[in-house]
Amino acid sequence: MEKYIRPGVKTTPFCPGCGHGILMNAILRAIDESKMDMKKMLFVSGIGCAAWIPSPHFNGDTLHTLHGRALAFATGAKLYNPDLCVMVISGDGDLSSIGGNHLIHAARRDIDFKVICANNLIYGMTGGQVASTTPKGSKTTTTVEGSPYRPFDLCKLVEAAGATYVARYAVTQPVALINSIKKALLHKGFSFIEVLSPCPTQFGRRNLLDRPEEMIQDLIRRCILQEEVRGLSEEEMAERIITGEFLTCQRSYRCV
Amino acid sequence: MRSTGLKTTFPKGLHYLSGNEAAAEGAIAAGCRFYAGYPITPSSEIMERMALRLSELRGVFIQMEDEISSICAVIGASWAGAKAMTATSGPGFSLMQESIGYAAFTETPCVIIDVQRAGPCTGQATKVGSGDIMQARWGSHGDYQVIALSPWSVQEMYDLTLRAFNLSERYRVPAMVMADEAVGHLRETIRIPEKIEIWDRKKEKGGAPFGTDEEDGVPPMPAFGEGERLLVTGSTHDAFGFRRTDDPEAHAKLVERINQKILKSTRVIVETEDYFLEDSDTALIAYGFTARTSLYVVKRLRKEGARVGLLRLKTLWPFPEEAVAELGRRVKRIFVPEMNQGQVAGEVKKYARCDVISLGQTNGEVIQPGTILEALTKI
Repeated sequence: MEKYIRPGVKTTPFCPGCGHGILMNAILRAIDESKMDMKKMLFVSGIGCAAWIPSPHFNGDTLHTLHGRALAFATGAKLYNPDLCVMVISGDGDLSSIGGNHLIHAARRDIDFKVICANNLIYGMTGGQVASTTPKGSKTTTTVEGSPYRPFDLCKLVEAAGATYVARYAVTQPVALINSIKKALLHKGFSFIEVLSPCPTQFGRRNLLDRPEEMIQDLIRRCILQEEVRGLSEEEMAERIITGEFLTCQRSYRCV
Repeated sequence: MRSTGLKTTFPKGLHYLSGNEAAAEGAIAAGCRFYAGYPITPSSEIMERMALRLSELRGVFIQMEDEISSICAVIGASWAGAKAMTATSGPGFSLMQESIGYAAFTETPCVIIDVQRAGPCTGQATKVGSGDIMQARWGSHGDYQVIALSPWSVQEMYDLTLRAFNLSERYRVPAMVMADEAVGHLRETIRIPEKIEIWDRKKEKGGAPFGTDEEDGVPPMPAFGEGERLLVTGSTHDAFGFRRTDDPEAHAKLVERINQKILKSTRVIVETEDYFLEDSDTALIAYGFTARTSLYVVKRLRKEGARVGLLRLKTLWPFPEEAVAELGRRVKRIFVPEMNQGQVAGEVKKYARCDVISLGQTNGEVIQPGTILEALTKI
């Protein structure tokens, strides 16, 4: 344990039923199975629940930064010391809303980052406000009648911006998730894995999923691998979340 | 921009440069090998020069997507071991403020050059001002200290940028060069000295990166990748970086130390220059480009027999309280010409027990000798 968990860390701060613990486990297993040297790993995070996944828990270098700015801080560290394996772990609000501009530019530059976006569909730490990822119609403390707007498709966003490894899995698909993180660790370039992680405290209880296990069941029911999409009717696809590895390439062509 | 053909720091001797170019050379001489920035008038020549010079020197240059990410990248690079810098002007300086607070609280050495223009807002982008002096001190939330220097010549764009790096490394604090458009675009001959003093952050294996019992309160700073398994956070933290977000004592202790490490060292940090003050009953206090005009006025009035002198502030923050208080005891009145509505005059009033008259001007122009002369001759 001490190889991966910082001495002195006893517990995590996550709520009961939060998916971030599973994600934390998946990340460390992928690092272990890939035989990464924790002394050469830098974990950068922004602000929010997900930003606490690496800081202070992970026993490597950790940089817990400002809200939205994780990728900008990471850019400086990685460019100055390319030997660092830089993993950015943060939430959907942090990476795609306040930090959205840094996200697309880091992807455009194809800097060798392993970005894990823990997507809980809401602002958890601040009390359950609507996020740029909240599904249309979902109730939050700032959309009491349901969110009127469409959410981002984060994977399509970063793919369009120039990412070279893009995947989406839920914490209910742990084996696939670990394998995906391992691929990202090996990939040279901007890797982005969106990880759906349930937030029963702020999202579930306002959206008819009162208990943590209901959120897990809901994710299991809704997540579908992209290979399974073919042949499904529009009705069968409704409310489904497509998961899988969407892109893995080394970009050699020029955009313009 | 034309290549300098140099694979080294700028050679000693005389050179004809603009202020912005000289600032870049001062940074290179100090050991700066990382620059992140975003274009903004009137500071862009610093970035262009750094892009060229860092490619010649195999350093790292990146043009970021905005000023926020620029200062963030600088802080990230600093923790990776770099001496790192950015340069900007008013609007960009405003955007950087949150991160400057982060750098102060995480004790990250970094240098920010603000080539001030006429604000507020977009204001007059190509015109001069010095309206960011208070923002340099109070721009981010909470109580913290920074170091801010004020160059009045192309020579000092070089010297004070170099000094900003040294102070930043020595005290682990963001250091700012509060230049203005007039000094940034001025062209003069400067002398690059043969020997320069260089300070580097201290390192200590296994040392507490955020705690120290030493008198000056500056802990050692290792870099990422050195096996120290650093824990860096902008939340309140203990000596080893663990978050202490509900411990009143931890917060009080940390805030106190990051302030005291600078305030206790004002004798080292603060630099001022006296001109003809020995027998003066009237003094000017000025900084930046305005100090040049002020010195001209003082010399001219001296020829007419007036007992007037100048105190030039080379350091703005921490404020030269002692020099100002001492001057206030010796003279009857102090005039403070500056390209804002009395930002430094307000500080002078806090410490000088004599009449303090603000000669603030905010029209996007440098203050003319006649303007100061007129105010002085009214007495």
